[in-house]
Amino acid sequence: MTRLRLDPYLPIIGVIGLIAIWYLAVWYEVVDKVLLPSPADTFRALWNGMTGGRLGVDFARTVERTIVATLIAAAIAIPLGIFLGASEKLYRSVEFVIDFFRSTPASAMFPLFLVLFGVGDKTKISVAAFGAALVILFNVAYGVMNARKTRLLAAKVMGASRFRVLTDVMLLESLPQTFVGLRNGVSLALVIVVVAEMFIGSTDGLGQRVFEAQQLFEMPDMYAAIFAAGALGYGLNLLFLLVERRFVHWSGK
Amino acid sequence: MSLQSRADLATPTPTLPLAGGGSRTESVAAAHVTIRGLTKRFNDALVYDRFDLDIPRGKLVSVFGPNGCGKSTLINMIAGLIPTDAGEILFDGKPLNDIKFGYVFQNYREALFPWLRSIDNIEYPLKLMKLPKAERRARVERLVSHLGVKIDLARYPYELSGGQQQLVSIMRALVVEPEILFLDEPFSALDYEMTLFMRAQLQRIFIETGTTTVLVSHDLEEAVYLADRILLLSRRPARVADYVHYDAARPRSDATLSERDFITVKAHCLEVFQREVRKG
Repeated sequence: MTRLRLDPYLPIIGVIGLIAIWYLAVWYEVVDKVLLPSPADTFRALWNGMTGGRLGVDFARTVERTIVATLIAAAIAIPLGIFLGASEKLYRSVEFVIDFFRSTPASAMFPLFLVLFGVGDKTKISVAAFGAALVILFNVAYGVMNARKTRLLAAKVMGASRFRVLTDVMLLESLPQTFVGLRNGVSLALVIVVVAEMFIGSTDGLGQRVFEAQQLFEMPDMYAAIFAAGALGYGLNLLFLLVERRFVHWSGK
Repeated sequence: MSLQSRADLATPTPTLPLAGGGSRTESVAAAHVTIRGLTKRFNDALVYDRFDLDIPRGKLVSVFGPNGCGKSTLINMIAGLIPTDAGEILFDGKPLNDIKFGYVFQNYREALFPWLRSIDNIEYPLKLMKLPKAERRARVERLVSHLGVKIDLARYPYELSGGQQQLVSIMRALVVEPEILFLDEPFSALDYEMTLFMRAQLQRIFIETGTTTVLVSHDLEEAVYLADRILLLSRRPARVADYVHYDAARPRSDATLSERDFITVKAHCLEVFQREVRKG
């Protein structure tokens, strides 16, 4: 019984452990004090930064870019994934191209997109959207292709047209896999956006914040920005999970 | 009728496409489905070769035979799930497209739509028929009260037990008031207790609706218990090994299973089955 009550609090143990080790490291000066500020200093920097400081603004900019990139990716990849997945032959014929570019580090595409879109938000968002779109596309197409044959047959046998089978069965069958794609896609988009903010002439964003703080040796600020980015990534994933649980209630059942 | 089944028992005629003389005129007169010259190949394997069969109207026909002989293939071809290579399947002389039929899959978990509540699952074929919402509800309610089903249909399929889910599938097949109902091993994924319950339910439904029913079964007891006719198939290419009558009065009950007539018919079917298995 006591175990049962403790269960929800178990994840906190890791957090406390990490902070404890961090404190000990600072206390015994395992790492240079300048390189590793204390947890208290870091969280103060995080708090001040997020409440009225620059970090909050940067945070908002990164959220904006990541969300826009993911939305663009989803708007392109979901319909295309359904279209390709509906015909296995069609998907097989483009599979190699998709897999190839899915395996290409999106960061390698920066110079190309810089030429295409210049040194602005457009480049950051489009590279992120490019990376996310391939991940979403691949998942949606597989979701559609792996639709339970029995379910498709059941709809067909009840007299559903090909179009109705697509809208009433295939689309819904692919939803769980689509959400897997969206979660992976938004994570990838965040990675690309943060990297882009670091190196492609940015004036704001979490990536730029981390980079600038490091350049200026403002270590608490740098760690604060890293934690903010971590919280953002975790939060986005959680958000999609909650939306999924709400709309795809049958997933895994 | 029981005389006929004894006549069949006395002179089994396994090589003829249709069962013994006495039954021929009867089955032709009341044939609902006529299958002629049905041929089907899977790659190199000839599964059906110029196969003929009549399915009588308002009867429950069980299909039984050796593993892989094409029991499911037969009803899948009749129901249009698998294309035929040659031959003709007519329902009162009409093609499949002109009639309403119901099909119940073995795997209810994968046949129902988990995103729809059970009631919406049952209504779905009516939606395809473009019936208005009120009419759909009314039809489902009529069916529910007709069958005396006690399931909370507002639940999603995955919230129901296996038997309840299969009952929802059967209701989804019945709601269109089909001329013919196909069931492909509908109870084989259920435990024994639930199987017994579902057999009783299916029998009740059959008595209530009198719908021509074709049931594929891998359980001989079930095949005989539920059937008016038991279609025994041979190994590939499948022929009619025997087409046995079983005319015990309905409703049948557990007591039926120990009646002499049941035991004789079942023993005969088993004998035919064993003979066909040994031939392979």
